[in-house]
Amino acid sequence: MSLSGWITIAAFFLCVVAMTRPLGGYLQRVLEGQPHFLGRIFGPLERGLYRVAGIRWEEEQSWVQYATGVVLFSAVSFVVVYALLRFQVLLPLNPAGLGPVAPDLAYNTSISFVTNTNWQSYGGETTMSHLSQMLALAVQNFVSAAVGIAVAAAVIRGFARRGAGTIGNVWTDLVRVTLYVLLPISVVVALFFVWQGVPQTLHGSVEVTTLEGARQTIALGPVATQEAIKMLGTNGGGFFNTNSAHPFENPTALSNFVQVLCIFALGTALTNLFGRMVGREREGWAIFSAMALLFLIGVGVTYWAEAHANPAIAALGVDPALGNMEGKETRFGIAASALFATVTTDASCGAVNAMHESFLPLGGLVPLVNMMLGEVIIGGVGAGLYGVLLFAIIAVFMAGLMVGRTPEYLGKKIEAREVKMTMLAVLCLPLVMLGFTAIAVVTGPGLSALSATGPHGFTEALYAYSSAAANNGSAFGGLTANPFWNLALGIGMVVGRFFIIIPVLAIAGAMAAKKVAPATSGTFPTDNGLFIALVSGVIVIVGGLTFLPALALGPIVEHLTMLRGTLF
Amino acid sequence: MTRQSSRSSTTGGLLRADLLLPAIAESFRKLDPRIMWRNPVMFVVEIVTILTTVLLVHDLATGHAHAGFAIQINLWLWFTLLFANFAEAVAEGRGKAQADSLRRTRTETLGKRLLADDAGCYTRTGLYQPIPAPELAVGDVVLVEAGDHIPSDGEVIDGIASVDESAITGESAPVIRESGGDRSAVTGGTRVLSDWIVVRITAAQGSTFLDRMIALVEGAQRQKTPNEIALTILLAGMTLIFIFAVATIPSFVQYAGGHIGVLILVALFVTLIPTTIGALLSAIGIAGMDRLIRFNVLAMSGRAVEAAGDVDTLLLDKTGTITIGDRQAARFAPVPGVSEQQLADAAQLASLADETPEGRSIVVLAKEQFAIRGREMHALGAVFVPFTAQTRMSGVDIGSRRIRKGAVDSVLAAVGAEAAGAAEVRAIADDIARQGGTPLAVADDGRLLGVVHLKDVVKGGIRERFAELRRMGIRTVMITGDNPLTAAAIAAESGVDDFLAQATPEAKLDLIRREQAQGKLVAMCGDGTNDAPALAQADVGVAMNTGTVAAREAGNMVDLDSDPTKLIEIVGIGKQLLMTRGALTTFSIANDVAKYFAIIPAMFVGFYPQLGTLNVMHLATPESAVLSAVIFNALIIIVLIPLALKGVRYRPVGAAVLLRRNLLIYGVGGLLVPFAGIKLIDMLVTSIGLA
Repeated sequence: MSLSGWITIAAFFLCVVAMTRPLGGYLQRVLEGQPHFLGRIFGPLERGLYRVAGIRWEEEQSWVQYATGVVLFSAVSFVVVYALLRFQVLLPLNPAGLGPVAPDLAYNTSISFVTNTNWQSYGGETTMSHLSQMLALAVQNFVSAAVGIAVAAAVIRGFARRGAGTIGNVWTDLVRVTLYVLLPISVVVALFFVWQGVPQTLHGSVEVTTLEGARQTIALGPVATQEAIKMLGTNGGGFFNTNSAHPFENPTALSNFVQVLCIFALGTALTNLFGRMVGREREGWAIFSAMALLFLIGVGVTYWAEAHANPAIAALGVDPALGNMEGKETRFGIAASALFATVTTDASCGAVNAMHESFLPLGGLVPLVNMMLGEVIIGGVGAGLYGVLLFAIIAVFMAGLMVGRTPEYLGKKIEAREVKMTMLAVLCLPLVMLGFTAIAVVTGPGLSALSATGPHGFTEALYAYSSAAANNGSAFGGLTANPFWNLALGIGMVVGRFFIIIPVLAIAGAMAAKKVAPATSGTFPTDNGLFIALVSGVIVIVGGLTFLPALALGPIVEHLTMLRGTLF
Repeated sequence: MTRQSSRSSTTGGLLRADLLLPAIAESFRKLDPRIMWRNPVMFVVEIVTILTTVLLVHDLATGHAHAGFAIQINLWLWFTLLFANFAEAVAEGRGKAQADSLRRTRTETLGKRLLADDAGCYTRTGLYQPIPAPELAVGDVVLVEAGDHIPSDGEVIDGIASVDESAITGESAPVIRESGGDRSAVTGGTRVLSDWIVVRITAAQGSTFLDRMIALVEGAQRQKTPNEIALTILLAGMTLIFIFAVATIPSFVQYAGGHIGVLILVALFVTLIPTTIGALLSAIGIAGMDRLIRFNVLAMSGRAVEAAGDVDTLLLDKTGTITIGDRQAARFAPVPGVSEQQLADAAQLASLADETPEGRSIVVLAKEQFAIRGREMHALGAVFVPFTAQTRMSGVDIGSRRIRKGAVDSVLAAVGAEAAGAAEVRAIADDIARQGGTPLAVADDGRLLGVVHLKDVVKGGIRERFAELRRMGIRTVMITGDNPLTAAAIAAESGVDDFLAQATPEAKLDLIRREQAQGKLVAMCGDGTNDAPALAQADVGVAMNTGTVAAREAGNMVDLDSDPTKLIEIVGIGKQLLMTRGALTTFSIANDVAKYFAIIPAMFVGFYPQLGTLNVMHLATPESAVLSAVIFNALIIIVLIPLALKGVRYRPVGAAVLLRRNLLIYGVGGLLVPFAGIKLIDMLVTSIGLA
């Protein structure tokens, strides 16, 4: 560990804190339909879109209508993406002449991008045409992120409104988020990446003769535009197979820093939006702080773990002071790689700038646990906020009773219906993560995809299903996805997305209808250090304990074995 | 049995020996899955326990080794179930004992059913036919005479009688019941001591107050309360999560090339799911109701008890709650030219024979301030002139000397508006009224002496109680029929947060609705028929037992002692109930961390010896580790039964402080205690060679 490493991490955290309020304020203006700068420019376009699509934009929706809209929108998106991938050979902008994407892969990829997971069972440059990249994948990068933010906004409205029957209009939210938030920021960030050296072209690959005289094909394409939204929308699906470790996706230390900032930008801003909309920004900061606490612990542990050398490699005479550089880019080093790995799994981004599989067991444990907790540490755009609110509801329910009142959050009673929906959402993650892992590690097709044996192979499987269910999309690496995996991971992603979205919208609907009891000194405050500690504790104990046996058989036993000199 | 004695006897013996034996028997009876089913967490435990027992029997039949360990685990799993049932049975047992004593009072009585006379009226002297109480219908009219038991609940329509209600209230002093007004309700099973009353029956047999009371204390009608349902869902959800966590382990273990027995998996599962709170949840609820009953308050539903914990606004009647019922003389205010002593002397003379509390307080005040001793009326040759509604004055005539005290207007009218000092008396009187007092003018032979300041006396300690309530986050509102000026003065003196002056039943109802519209929960108590709408509207409506039938029907609690100040205690009891639930839930879930550290290494160390490092408690063997965790999990239920029954102590401090304290005790404590507990049990188990 070095001072510069810690400074990088500290600078990152400070920038995140600094961005939270201004972005939160902007989100509020956009989502509440208040006047803002871009609205004056794109307002006619927005209204034109509504007219073309026949959307009654001023009309509010109940939670059922809202949820139906989300599901329908995603279903149509799935069909469109699937079709584009299957027929890419017949469509333009395919300079490399890539053939149709195999059915199971197309299915897996469509779900992956529609659910904002961006699990990639393929190498982008060798599978997807430019049209597929731009029209199928990049479009989903925008709209799947917009869906997350829209759902979060609807949930926040549920908490903020009193005695209301509606939680917003899904179409309006989707249009506004895409038009005023995702697109403009992406344009700016993409230009920044171009400046840093990221290619942005519609040409195919370039053939070059290297200094050694060998010929090499260098893949190019519209990388910068996809890169921006890949980070901002916590998508994580890279243009190239090696994702942000590729020098064209992430050329410099500065581009790397901006990439990690983009991953957290909207997730943290949503906590602020939450505070603003419920009327007390402190409530948002409390949620932010619980997330930040878990983030800082995670990044600290990862950095500490990776700064240690693998004893087996040190035994070969490599300077142990270098730490574990296996699978890391020298232009980023240990700290920036540890930071990236933590951030990308805290948020459900899944982009990688180093190979998580090559992390030491404890270093790899942190990204795994981050995903198992359900991506609530900042989390995916939108998904992080509504995910953490589920844990806040559990925390309030358990501890709220201890002040001698029936539990309430922000003045709203938490009753049987909310608890039922919360548990439904919380249940589905371990079901998918553990259930599919259990099947995969004892069946032939499941096992055949694993590249490693022993605990490390186990971790590969566990990581993959955790990544899918948490809609993260990062891979531990080493997996050779086959139809079984593509199918199972696809199911995992759908469950992890919609079996959370539908219950949280149901909660939002129920909460919106409730009256608000005014806070008194008898009310349990949800904006102080105690609540922050409580929510973090509940996230770790309720969200994490379930996975302890699995973790013991994966990274933990691997770590203990490594200390005794055996590697997998 | 008075209230005091009943309370001390029950708090003394939380686990009374005479209740334990039936409770043990009941614990076995409750193993019936049809009963167990109501409690999902323990029901799941029962299923897996039966499963392991079947496996054990199978293993024993086929002569497998390790049976000793399996038998012990099995035993402790059954103990876990029995302990849970025992907790509930003990909680119910106390109510059952009380119900039995109530049932004894429900003796077979004969009612004297009156027949209507020609005019359709019922009179005492009319004809009656004896009819067994169970055959009485609603609307029948019965005569109850001295020595008779009142056959069923009803309303007095004629007569007045003293009634012994000790069977219901535990209060041995008889109460007066009369027709009309707010003292007209009678309860079946109580006994008329003197005189007679004619009662119209208002409750059918089986739904009388006594029947409902028996059902309530027995817990026969116990419905899960809303919060209990929500908590049960949470616990069931956690149980499901741990089913996934445990059910997937065999396949993980198979991958790792190891093997794991069903018994160990069941042990892990049972220790992980929230059995502690699952086992104690219903006992907590029953104990909460029981605490109210011991407090002589009957809650008609558990919902009301929960609501009591949530109350934001307390409506309190001024008279009897905030002030003691009567006004007391506080000060003598003479007009210029008259000394205080002169005024006191005359006022005392005028009050010598006045038996009203106000009159007596004047005599006492004069004695205290000026050592003027009470004199004998006879010795003075004085003749008492009593108060009448016409004169609105009282006083004495000593020979030709006429001393009068009374309402200022009346006294001024009697002496003539032009009399000396009239303007001063008026000024003093206005001043007193502004301070919330009642002025009483005194005149001696047509000469105005001054004014006696009568004051509502605020109960001692009430100011502190209100401050306490404020810290709890509860707003108090005083309800009074007084004018706003008087009300404001008393409100200021008593420290109440707000007041409603010149309150009519409609104004009361409006106030409740207004508070509720702001999302607040309102509690109030009342006794009169005109209180009924407000009682029904309030979230917690406590009806006084002395009140009318309408009031008792409208409220969701009945205070058998008819003591309005109890509202404050009721809120505390509600809070205590919720706190106990929260504390034990948090404790139960925090326990899981230690249990994992006991069982995970034990489970996996056979094929991954490295995982022995996780055995941070240094438990002796894998078997002893698993056994200790299971034993701890069972014993903690027994250990926590007293806490579940007594409730977590509630102190009126702010929520933030309360939460910090409870989180420290039950959250952090819940994390640490099992580490010590399991280690201790492990040492015991190994030392006596059980594993």
